[in-house]
Amino acid sequence: MLVYLIRRLGQSALVLVVMAVLVFIGIYAIGNPVDVLISPEADLAEQQATIARLGLDRPLWEQLWLFLVNAVQGDLGRSFVHGVPALRLILERLPATLELALVALVVALSVGVFLGLWAGLKPDALLGRSIMTGSILGFSLPNFWLGLMLILVFAVLLQWLPAGGRGETVDLLGIRTSLFTLDGLSHLLLPAITLALYKTSLVIRLARAGTREVVLQDYVKFARAKGLSPSRVIYVHVLKNIMIPVVTVVGLELGSMIAFAVVTETVFAWPGIGKLLIDSIVNLDRPVVVAYLMMTVFIFILINLAVDLLYSLLDPRVRLSEAGA
Amino acid sequence: MNRILAACAGGAFVLGLAQAALSGTALVGTALADDLTIGLASEPSALDPHYHNLTPNNAAWQHIFDGLISQDAKQRLQPGLAVAWKPLDATTWEFDLRKGVTFHDGTPFDAEDVIYTIRRIPNVANSPSSFTIYTKSIASMEAKDPYTLIIKTEAPRPLLPTELSNLAIISKETCEGASGGDWPKTEDFNSGTLAVGTGPYKFAEFVKGDRLVLTRNDDYWGGKPTWDKVTFKPISSDGPRVAALLSGDVDVIDNPPTQDLPRLKADKNINVYSGLSNRVIYLHMDQFADDTPGVQGTNGRNPFKDKRVREAVSKAIDRKAIVEKIMGGVAVAAEQLLPKGMFGADPALEVEAYDPAGARKLLAEAGYPDGFKLVLGTPNDRYINDEKVAQAVAQFLTRVGIQTTVDASTKSVFFKRRNSYEFSMYLAGWGSGTGEMSSPLRALVATPDKEKGYGGTNRGRYSNPAVDAKIDEALQTLDDAGREKLLQEASDLVIKDYGILPLHYEVTSWATRKGLAYEPRTDQYTSAMSVTQAQ
Repeated sequence: MLVYLIRRLGQSALVLVVMAVLVFIGIYAIGNPVDVLISPEADLAEQQATIARLGLDRPLWEQLWLFLVNAVQGDLGRSFVHGVPALRLILERLPATLELALVALVVALSVGVFLGLWAGLKPDALLGRSIMTGSILGFSLPNFWLGLMLILVFAVLLQWLPAGGRGETVDLLGIRTSLFTLDGLSHLLLPAITLALYKTSLVIRLARAGTREVVLQDYVKFARAKGLSPSRVIYVHVLKNIMIPVVTVVGLELGSMIAFAVVTETVFAWPGIGKLLIDSIVNLDRPVVVAYLMMTVFIFILINLAVDLLYSLLDPRVRLSEAGA
Repeated sequence: MNRILAACAGGAFVLGLAQAALSGTALVGTALADDLTIGLASEPSALDPHYHNLTPNNAAWQHIFDGLISQDAKQRLQPGLAVAWKPLDATTWEFDLRKGVTFHDGTPFDAEDVIYTIRRIPNVANSPSSFTIYTKSIASMEAKDPYTLIIKTEAPRPLLPTELSNLAIISKETCEGASGGDWPKTEDFNSGTLAVGTGPYKFAEFVKGDRLVLTRNDDYWGGKPTWDKVTFKPISSDGPRVAALLSGDVDVIDNPPTQDLPRLKADKNINVYSGLSNRVIYLHMDQFADDTPGVQGTNGRNPFKDKRVREAVSKAIDRKAIVEKIMGGVAVAAEQLLPKGMFGADPALEVEAYDPAGARKLLAEAGYPDGFKLVLGTPNDRYINDEKVAQAVAQFLTRVGIQTTVDASTKSVFFKRRNSYEFSMYLAGWGSGTGEMSSPLRALVATPDKEKGYGGTNRGRYSNPAVDAKIDEALQTLDDAGREKLLQEASDLVIKDYGILPLHYEVTSWATRKGLAYEPRTDQYTSAMSVTQAQ
């Protein structure tokens, strides 16, 4: 277990370094931040002073080297636009994205597993078929379109829910969250549904396929023969076994929900890290873009590790030392 | 990603359609009568008024702070914290300051606060775009008494009052030593501790990316402000910003997308206000290089060094058609670099008439009877409909024989390429921050000169000693009438030499819910002070 962990961490560090170099060189190739940042009224002397202060007059390899040396010490650079450390800027915005992803995840899992189980147990019933047809819709609807349609129906026409932005927040252990106010939740609902729809469809499919496979297994037949109640058979024996693929996929998808909620956040003006990324790309705020992508890689590595560890808890047949080999 | 964002913008169209269908339903405003919520296309990057010289930042600080001098909706100078000012001699200015004004924390305002503010400008850490461009002409400052300030400049500087109108006055008593070091830190302004001004609204809350909340300053020297509470919400995507207005989440939005304007105007629950801005959209041509990169079929010659070719290009473009068909009427065809009526604009100039036959004739005279091939550079996300305008220009030019293709790119890439002279002709825009003619003349057509700060954006490298001389002279002339005349003459020289081709002036729009009125500003600032209850 320990050897496995160490090996995995070593691989992760390598991935981080390679990623850092690729991203840094990639963003270096796009535009010149000074042209976007500085007031057009500024004269040539002023422009050159700014270029020198941001260190943009130095050659690429020197900028890259400085970045790597600082990154090892935990300093991912200072935002060109906001003048504060890029990492701090991202961490400030992270709670908003996390709560959005969390609510979306809860929606996707609860709705998805329930409907998937249902469809798997009664594959030929009308409801089972409708669930499967509905999930195709969930896969195919583009995110931004769905978001706009939800705004159109619930905000503009019915005026039940706000069209965007984050609601009232409260401080919880020093983190601002909108999960505990009514206003906050009403702002959260539409973006969370938008973000959750695709994942819900995914979970439905996984849960249905898993259920159909598992109900034919010997241990389920045996449990039935033993006289266990149908609900115990379904909610203990079947449910636990279909969760393995669901947890794997949802774990990976959680990473993508946090890192790439970009479209949803843009449509709903949600002040999370996705919107920060878009604004930073538009303004060529290089340090923030690089720090963001570094953090994304880091989150993915952590989540994959956690998923591997969770396997062993759900399924005793999986041994981590084998997984690492 | 761009495509997705564009699709978001397209969605606004759909929203508009549905709203039009439902125009019978009354809108439910969520805000109270004296609360105002404004949806912003771009948010300020800081509340430190000296941190980033950028339109959203400057629009934001006007609420909390005051300048020594203020600019009204047409960018004419008005008394602010100074009630009067006059030059004593060529390089000395006297400012009479307003008495009895206090900052939001109760500290009194006097000349020391102004001196402290101006001394802080060069000492703002990490400023992406510094305000020093407005202060570097200042040689010394002296408080003759608490309410009389003397400022000496190194050379005659007629624009000093205009430049000072861009600086927010902060309180010396409050800020000195407040952040530990020598000068107050930007973070302490963003957190609200030092966001203490003399302006009409007080700081309440600032969460980047989410909201900026201000409350009324009941003791404001300029009279009681209209709104109890003002909330700004950044909503950068066009479609969602329009949706927020239609759903009653916000009361006012800036920059409603042009394609939605007709529908918003037709909606009786929405008011649309538009006003001419100080921004001109122009074509610049490489008039420097012999072998210019974007031209083919001229045997290596650069056609734009010939005035006849530049004139032909100007005559080939139907500016009125561009304004009507592409800008949806929300623009005004331009004859020079600043709209008539603003300081230094020549009232005698007229918009170039559309004359394709004349253009062909001029091209033939210049030795290009069969035209040539040209690449026109343009950004596609910087100005209103920038790429579409460039496409239209390309078609007009192709009609007279200059076969033009458009090379459009995102603004960050475009500006880099333009600044490294990769285009023989490019489309761009210029907003006059000072609200008068010397700004576009100095930046766009004066011969580049680092010492004098000329030609910073003259990427066509146009150079005309007669124009330079007029600008030099104007910038030495303290007498307003004399300076205006010189600027008008310089504008006249440039336009008649076809050194740069103005296309149109942008018109900025704001949309409000029913019951509100918005007074458009030429500087394109979105401001709660411009919003009033409609009668």
